[in-house]
Amino acid sequence: MTKMNFDFCAKRKLFFSIAIVLVAIAVIGSFVLGLKLDIQFKGGALITYAYEGNIDKKDFVSSIEEVLGNKVNIQESSDVSTGQKSFVISSPSSKGFNAEKQNTLAQTLAEKYKDNKLETRSINVVNPTIGSEFLSKSMLSLFFAAVLMVIYISIRFKKISGWSAGITAVVALVEDLFAVFAAFVIFGFSIDSNFIAVCLTILGYSLNDTIVIYDRIRENKRIYGTSKSLEELVNLSLNQSFKRSMMTTITTVSAMIVVSVVAYIYNVTSIMSFSIPITLGMISGSFSSMCIAPNLWVLWQNKRKAA
Amino acid sequence: MKKVSKSVFFIIAVLIAVMGYFTVVGLDTRFGDVTTRTIKGVKDIRWGIDVRGGVDVTFSPPEGIDATDEEMSAAESVIGVRLVAQNITDYELYTDYQNDRIIVRFPWKADEKDFNPEEAIRELGETAHLTFREMAQQDPATGAPFGVTSENIVIEGSDIENASANFYRDDSTGMSHHIVSLKLTSDGAKKFADATTKLSASQSPISIWMDEHMISAPIVNDPITNGEAMITGGSKQNSDGTVGFTRQEAMDLANKINSGALPFKLVTENYNTISPTLGSGAKDAMVLAGAIAFAVIAMIMIVMYRLPGFVAVIALLGQLIIMIASLTGFFSVFPSFTLTLPGIAGIILAIGFGVDANIITAERIKEELYNGRSVGSAINAGFSRAFSAILDSNVTVIIVAIILMGSFGPPESIFAKLLSPVFFMFGPSAAGAIYSFGYTLLVGVILNLLMGVFASRLMLTSLCRFSCFKNPKLYGGKSND
Repeated sequence: MTKMNFDFCAKRKLFFSIAIVLVAIAVIGSFVLGLKLDIQFKGGALITYAYEGNIDKKDFVSSIEEVLGNKVNIQESSDVSTGQKSFVISSPSSKGFNAEKQNTLAQTLAEKYKDNKLETRSINVVNPTIGSEFLSKSMLSLFFAAVLMVIYISIRFKKISGWSAGITAVVALVEDLFAVFAAFVIFGFSIDSNFIAVCLTILGYSLNDTIVIYDRIRENKRIYGTSKSLEELVNLSLNQSFKRSMMTTITTVSAMIVVSVVAYIYNVTSIMSFSIPITLGMISGSFSSMCIAPNLWVLWQNKRKAA
Repeated sequence: MKKVSKSVFFIIAVLIAVMGYFTVVGLDTRFGDVTTRTIKGVKDIRWGIDVRGGVDVTFSPPEGIDATDEEMSAAESVIGVRLVAQNITDYELYTDYQNDRIIVRFPWKADEKDFNPEEAIRELGETAHLTFREMAQQDPATGAPFGVTSENIVIEGSDIENASANFYRDDSTGMSHHIVSLKLTSDGAKKFADATTKLSASQSPISIWMDEHMISAPIVNDPITNGEAMITGGSKQNSDGTVGFTRQEAMDLANKINSGALPFKLVTENYNTISPTLGSGAKDAMVLAGAIAFAVIAMIMIVMYRLPGFVAVIALLGQLIIMIASLTGFFSVFPSFTLTLPGIAGIILAIGFGVDANIITAERIKEELYNGRSVGSAINAGFSRAFSAILDSNVTVIIVAIILMGSFGPPESIFAKLLSPVFFMFGPSAAGAIYSFGYTLLVGVILNLLMGVFASRLMLTSLCRFSCFKNPKLYGGKSND
């Protein structure tokens, strides 16, 4: 077996720079490209009508506005694979989109566009109060997960000074969450419950990676005691677990890439906004577990010794 | 670890194959003409509304009205009766008393061609038309009021002041019974007195209706003139031979009667409908993605890790099969679990993730071989050394899965109850799609421990006893010669 020997600790500055650039991309990107909060969180209405033949866009909008009594936005779209044409009607407010008016609207439209085989594909109306409550609840669940992770890892790694291991691991996780966030911003997905699910999954996944590495450090510390410097210990552990970290990342990431490609071909947007960010989050996760967390931990330990 | 016999590998492989067969096909047993589904197969999976299409609505009283808990239960019972009346049995319905919200979620019926989501939602939210009618004659075809029952309405919802579930003690026998007591308005009392005088003469029933749906038909024993009636009946067999309500039945009936006198109409500005055509293509795409992902991972594992890789693929297949079984409910006594698109993504993620335990161990075995151990002892050392890392890393994902299920799941799930101290200020949230993802993730990780560690270890130690599998090269080590 060719023994790997890569000096992870020496490249510390490079790794930290990469992480900072990534966070910067996410932050700047969200200002430049804009951050889209899904109506699931901010409230509003989104209705998709599928139709055949030709319908005049202006005419369609004015028929809707007549029934609802308020202004709506319209977007045309057509499915590449099936050729199905559809209109997406949206409104920033859920006001006026109650079930009764929707029923009248459906009847009116069906009557007016009889020949176009108009079909309501999906209706999504969210009350802003319920939406913002859902957002706060989601954020709380994310925060709660992070707290549990710190507690768990601290208890588990008492031997390699628990709190420092726990906190450095979670700081590295922050970078992963930024990677997920950057994926949503760059690909223009709106922030919805998928975002929260991906963030939580990446929290668990990336920490998993970090734990396997910390586990190695713990074991090597037991074997070598103080005969090796902290940097040597960490480097040895990272080189030993490198292959496993790579392999697990390769299998999981390739599974998610397959999902992303298939979802793209079949135009399943709800899955794309799940699988693409999770792929990027996983790549970032193994980077942060190998390059960021252990280096932060070494810095922390050395600082403490110096003090 | 104790000596593992050579046959263990084959026993596990056969078990996985048999389990796989039944998980996919299911099993029907027949006794005469009655066919019972003993084992549920893939076609019994309950798909979420993002796959089948369906409705997800949150109803609440109009703005500015603070409904009481009693009113909310009454409103919920109306929706429940209507769903059943429309033959929708596969629904989820819960009430958030804190925020006065009722959440309903139901899929389209499989055979429904002409679906009209707007109409369905409007119908559910309508104020209930509650009536007490003479006799209990039903149209045999539709169940609607018929004949004299259709003509003679005794009282309506507005004539009822209040209905409540109560206790009644029969002094002659000393037994207590659950009953529903009814209090009528003075106007209602008059109409009720006339009708009950007439009906009690022939000991005829008076029937209670919600919309076109009969909910109860008690016999009128005596004329009721003071506007206070007592309804007994139900399905519980009492020890003295009489039949009475259970507490639940009495409460249900009281709720339904109260719904006729609700002072408000349910409104909604929060709903979500998906047509069935939208989701079915997405499901097929995801299943295809799953198959490709499995093939890719199997290839990577066998190329990279040879024999341990091969064992990992069998273990992974077993994991996948048991995962599907945990969704179908497998044995008919277990409930099936709703599977959504993110749920399928969770299964695929777990496939990718599932080999992690095998990778950690296979790498360890390689290292032990290089340290000069024999194949058998390297396998043993590899598995036991890798275990702490595997366990540790799985715990974090389990924590995440539980949080996902607790925050996005229905309020009655144990995870939601577990996390209720954290989310006490929030009502139940409607993200069934993510709940399903949490479930597949959780099951995947637990099975990863079972298959990736336990079953893999058994299979590998059994295989290495064959002389043809003693070559360290098969485990990534150097050849013996």
